[in-house]
Amino acid sequence: MGLAKRIIPCLDVDKGRVVKGVKFVDIRDAGDPVEVARRYDEQGADEVTFLDITASSDDRDTMVHVVEEMAAEVFIPLTVGGGIRTQEDIRRMLNAGADKVAINTAAVFNPEFVREASAHFGSQCIVVAIDAKQVQDGEHPRWEIYTHGGRKPTGLDAVAWARKMAEYGAGELLLTSMDRDGTRDGFDIPLTCTICDAVGIPVIASGGVGNLEHLAEGILDGHADAVLAASIFHFGEFTVAQAKQHMAGRGIEVRLA
Amino acid sequence: MSTVAVIDYGMGNLRSVCKAIEHVDASVRVALTADPETVRGADRVVFPGQGAIGGCIAALDAHGMREVLLEVMRSKPFLGICLGLQALYEFSEEGNGTPGLGILPGQVRLFPRAQMRDPETGLALKVPHMGWNGVQQVTGHPLWEGIPQQTRFYFVHSYYADTADSAYIAGETAYGVRFTSAAAHENIFAVQFHPEKSQHHGLRLLHNFINWDGES
Repeated sequence: MGLAKRIIPCLDVDKGRVVKGVKFVDIRDAGDPVEVARRYDEQGADEVTFLDITASSDDRDTMVHVVEEMAAEVFIPLTVGGGIRTQEDIRRMLNAGADKVAINTAAVFNPEFVREASAHFGSQCIVVAIDAKQVQDGEHPRWEIYTHGGRKPTGLDAVAWARKMAEYGAGELLLTSMDRDGTRDGFDIPLTCTICDAVGIPVIASGGVGNLEHLAEGILDGHADAVLAASIFHFGEFTVAQAKQHMAGRGIEVRLA
Repeated sequence: MSTVAVIDYGMGNLRSVCKAIEHVDASVRVALTADPETVRGADRVVFPGQGAIGGCIAALDAHGMREVLLEVMRSKPFLGICLGLQALYEFSEEGNGTPGLGILPGQVRLFPRAQMRDPETGLALKVPHMGWNGVQQVTGHPLWEGIPQQTRFYFVHSYYADTADSAYIAGETAYGVRFTSAAAHENIFAVQFHPEKSQHHGLRLLHNFINWDGES
């Protein structure tokens, strides 16, 4: 027996409510992130990620309460991303009960933030979220880091950036292909595989999952350590348990309940 | 009413540990504390360990906790979690070499990243060792009650315990190397994984701890 590959459902949360309504049968409140997370836990999710898309910082306290509630009821690891810009933001989320925080824009603007955060809180709780977009095709494809939901290029090469973040103490990378995000066409496998093979820390593949085979491809072809998906689970198309059965059938080691 | 002291010195997330203990037994009073007298007065002690080992040991000393910790490790049911297992050994490679509390014989070593390959795919194994891995129970113990052999628990760590005397090993896990994922000695039980994040089986282990009299 070895380390299992992880399946991580991701919830977009706005002012404490799940965005893009979750369609489960027999759920009391599909907008309650804690109830949805509990459902994923029952299905066998290995971790849960909450992405806080709340625009106003005044409403951020709501997320802290959501995390507190989640930590009191659901006993699997929780990552919180979105709006993490200061050491104080990290401390608040960890004290509320998050196990890891995902840092995105703040890392691009100030890479030292990642170094300081991992030195202070430990690498194990610092995830760097990387949004990458392909900028060169052909035999030697290249990807660049984008911010603002894939709208603003930074000029940073994705592979060099991933290596730098690992060197600065990130414990894990959450890699999203901005070309694939929302398409349901599957992960950007060349991107995923290139980044996964370039760093010595675990990588979560994200962006583009439309069916269960895509999840398996992320592991088998993309060399990812974990796969993250949102819509295929939210709309009740597939359960996490079905995803695991499919992956196990493809010879991938997973945690089966 | 029984009390559990969870040792805290303000370095991070211990809410989950407390909530998980309260979840398995609502009648237990959980005290998150850095006060030696509170620890001395508790029925059971949980030592989660936080941050890096150097800072952890330094914080124990700064709070005058080393002595009381050594005392309760001889007298009460004691559960170390993650760094709370690593700190029990004689020495750790972390932070250019850090002496530990020296309760358990052995060393804490950095995973030898360069030599670690997945036996099936040949791909390099990543460090930290992060995720759900199986634990081989190598001894019977009250804390394993109701937990199947090779149950997966949630791990996240870059250093591992290499126990010098197998009499102290309660569980082992393979990740590039075979390491001590659970150690036991008299009233001490310590785990590298996070029971508070390991769903049903993790909660079962905490339940077993709350009901353990410290005899193995």
